[in-house]
Amino acid sequence: MSAPLLTVEDLEVSFPGRTGFTRAVRNASFTLGRERLGIVGESGSGKTTMGRALLGLLPRTAQVTARTMSYDGTNLLTCTERDWQKLRGRRLSMVMQDPKYSLNPVMRVGRQIAETALLHLRTDRGDAKRRTLAMLEAVQIRDPELVYRLYPHQLSGGMGQRIMIAMMLIAEPDLLIADEPTSALDVTVQNEVLRILDDLVRVRGMGLVMISHNLTMVSSFCDRVLIMYAGRIVEECAASELQNAKHPYTQALIAATPSLDVRRTELATVTRDPEWLK
Amino acid sequence: MSESAEGGSVAVRQNPGRQAAKLASRVGSFVLTLAATFVGLTAVTFFISRLTNIDPVLAIVGDKATSAAYDNAYLALGLDKPLIVQYFIYLMRLLTGDFGRSVLTSQPVLADLLRVFPATFELATIAIIIGVVVGVPAGVIAGATKGRWPDQVIRVVGLFGYSVPVFWLGLIGLFVFYGKLGWVAGTGRLDVFYQGVVTQRTGVILIDAALEGNWEIVGNAFSHLILPAGILGYFSLAYVARMTRSFMIDQLSQEYFTAARIKGNSYWRAVWRHAFPNIMVPLITVIGLSYASLLEGAVLTETVFAWPGLGLYITRALFNSDMNAVLGGTVLVGAVFITINLVSDLLYKLADPRLRAS
Amino acid sequence: MSDTLGTWLMSETPMSRRQAVIGSVYRAVRSIIFNPTALIGLIIVTLLIFMGIFAPLLSLGNSPLAQNLAGRLAAPSADHWFGTDELGRDILARTLYGARATLAIVALVSVIVVPIGLTVGTVAGYLGGWVDAVLMRITDIFLAFPRLILALAFAAALGPGIENAVIAIALTSWPAYARIARSETMTIAHSDFIQSVVLQGASTWRILFRHIVPLCLSSVIVRLTLDMAGIILTAAGLGFLGLGAQPPTPEWGAMVSSGRDVILDQWWVATIPGLAIFIVSLGFNLLGDGLRDVFDPKSR
Ligand SMILES: Nc1ncnc2c1ncn2[C@@H]1O[C@H](COP(=O)(O)OP(=O)(O)OP(=O)(O)O)[C@@H](O)[C@H]1O
Ligand SMILES: [Mg+2]
Repeated sequence: MSAPLLTVEDLEVSFPGRTGFTRAVRNASFTLGRERLGIVGESGSGKTTMGRALLGLLPRTAQVTARTMSYDGTNLLTCTERDWQKLRGRRLSMVMQDPKYSLNPVMRVGRQIAETALLHLRTDRGDAKRRTLAMLEAVQIRDPELVYRLYPHQLSGGMGQRIMIAMMLIAEPDLLIADEPTSALDVTVQNEVLRILDDLVRVRGMGLVMISHNLTMVSSFCDRVLIMYAGRIVEECAASELQNAKHPYTQALIAATPSLDVRRTELATVTRDPEWLK
Repeated sequence: MSESAEGGSVAVRQNPGRQAAKLASRVGSFVLTLAATFVGLTAVTFFISRLTNIDPVLAIVGDKATSAAYDNAYLALGLDKPLIVQYFIYLMRLLTGDFGRSVLTSQPVLADLLRVFPATFELATIAIIIGVVVGVPAGVIAGATKGRWPDQVIRVVGLFGYSVPVFWLGLIGLFVFYGKLGWVAGTGRLDVFYQGVVTQRTGVILIDAALEGNWEIVGNAFSHLILPAGILGYFSLAYVARMTRSFMIDQLSQEYFTAARIKGNSYWRAVWRHAFPNIMVPLITVIGLSYASLLEGAVLTETVFAWPGLGLYITRALFNSDMNAVLGGTVLVGAVFITINLVSDLLYKLADPRLRAS
Repeated sequence: MSDTLGTWLMSETPMSRRQAVIGSVYRAVRSIIFNPTALIGLIIVTLLIFMGIFAPLLSLGNSPLAQNLAGRLAAPSADHWFGTDELGRDILARTLYGARATLAIVALVSVIVVPIGLTVGTVAGYLGGWVDAVLMRITDIFLAFPRLILALAFAAALGPGIENAVIAIALTSWPAYARIARSETMTIAHSDFIQSVVLQGASTWRILFRHIVPLCLSSVIVRLTLDMAGIILTAAGLGFLGLGAQPPTPEWGAMVSSGRDVILDQWWVATIPGLAIFIVSLGFNLLGDGLRDVFDPKSR
């Protein structure tokens, strides 16, 4: 394997609160090559926070420390605002959780997509528009010319998510972080969007970080999986090995996943052990 | 794949027929609100006119009139009819532009009002321009630097604007900039020897003088205008900046703002290109409200600066028990105020693409 | 403070209604004291009340009404710290006594406006339907009125005086409270605990005044504090125009007005009372901002 694209060592993120600090991410270390990495964990386990830390986009109040955080030779810890602008969108990008809130409501979606191209690629407006239309086609929007002129509230959820993907991929980043890209969508649209994402990642040879709380989906979609619990990475394993996971939390998560193959009278619940945080 | 067709099809949620109906019902409810508010306003002024201990009959016939003349006038005014009928008569008279005659100027009140209105208009308009041109960027910057020093500075400046009595600030301004420093002209709209030189066309001296190419007078009018307009503008600025700031803070915590930055926009570019367009629509309302309140705020400013506008007219009438003039002025300011208020509210509803369709 | 008392006060799971109330008051006071702007505001407002009560003591033996035409328009000196006005009255004494007029106006307006606003708002919000529609239409009409102008017309019709100024201001101020109370009521009315009170057979009035009104109070108080500056400024404006408190009663707006003609030579006559108005409304604004931060974490 070549040198990893992303290296993170001992990442800590904490938010000041009324009664001391909330440690949203603790001691997280992992590396990533040009592969598909899944990050799974229950709600509030710090997945989004970790993703945003990689983009340097946490709220000002957040305290971020790490021993190493580097991306393709660039030390992210010492990046200036200007360095970040060159990285974001162009080198690493992120598809956000809910398309309904992640698109600018008063800007036509075509312009929103074209903007990313104009920011990073040396092109003019006409060319940016051509690229946008091609990108809309790539995310399987039926009538790109029409959709180009729509406002976000005129889109369905699935279309919104495709637009979001188009907007984040048009400048062809090397790494895409997808933060629960499908959790706001219904199941059929979910699969559709995942397939588009999968195709694009494969064709363009990008690295992908797929954040989700859906174990089944991640294990079938990714090469490797990180399991997060209360801000900590408690387990890391190949997706195919997930069934043999050692950590009790992972086992509990697997056991709690409803399955058609195994008949159950009662859904399992996850019992937590304070020991896991040690 | 059926779901692909479903998900990929263009489900444009627009329906021209329904939208037109929506629009019509919005405009309809706007007209109703306007009418209801106007009825409310006139009812209150009518009620006030009944409260005064000034006898409306004596005000017309004078106190040397015979009792027969008095009774005639009494009947002519409809004072024997039930209150609701009297109100109706009053309303009808207002709608035909009959505000009665001013005791002070012995002119029809409407003519007086039209004569003095341009002075107030000039003052309030310059003030709102100051308020918007300075207040909006200040509010955007304050919101975008929330909690840090630019925000603190702008907040303090705004708080002062909210707290300082306008009439006092006017006096202090005259004392410092006219009395001590001599940077601006004193009270009134023009120096005495310039008065009456320019023929009135619009009533706005800056424009009238410019039309005649009399730049000396434009300069003089400007140096009279700058202090009162600046002070009023400061008040408008404080309000506009505070509202802009809070709209901005709302927007900056939205996901789309983060998305804009993920794309590689710089912070300030994202602020101006993405967040700012989202607050323009509510800003319209705020600017409208601010403009309306300036027309009103002009009352005190005009008194301090002897500015011959609506405010001075109303206060003069007040001290001469010229009730027709007072109420006429109140109705006019009230009507303009209400209209600006409601129109900006309507614009708000029409301008937002989300509200337009949903 | 002992540790146990501290934990008792800060407890997230109070054991009694009393503990809950005392605890929340304690937390509010604590956060006001730790919020510098609110603290400055609180100090200014406290000083205002202090000035009003102890005006006779603080005015160094000068009467606010005693005229001395020989010593009129005297500059600030050891005898008259803030100088004298056009009738030779001590400006310091008049400014101190002027706090009473301001306090009276503020108190009277609050006493009128809050009950009316709360009643209209909670009734409209709780009953809904046509009652709501009618009441809110009326509220909107009053909300669209120009405040100062209407107050002027009122004061003109009823004759100048502090009571009429209060009525005029109250008339144009209550709608804001009705709106707030209504929106609070609408959220509270659908909550489970109100539903359970309804099931217990409580009367509508009891629900409104025992359960809903107390919950609306905090928003109303925040709004009232923020409005105070506006009320004080309107009252001072009326006073300045001669429609507020009548001479010889010391009132800040009227005092500024009396210094108007001599502003270029005897600046202190108008400056001192104007400064008093400014500082007091600044105090209320600061306190209101702080209270809003405490009660409404969203706006932070
Ligand atoms: N801006 C913030 N201020 C304070 N605490 C925050 C902030 N953002 C996140 N947190 C805290 O950080 C923790 C992790 O949140 P995060 O959003 O990363 O969870 P998540 O794993 O993405 O959950 P979900 O699956 O619900 O999206 C939570 O406990 C949350 O309360
Ligand atoms: Mg998340």
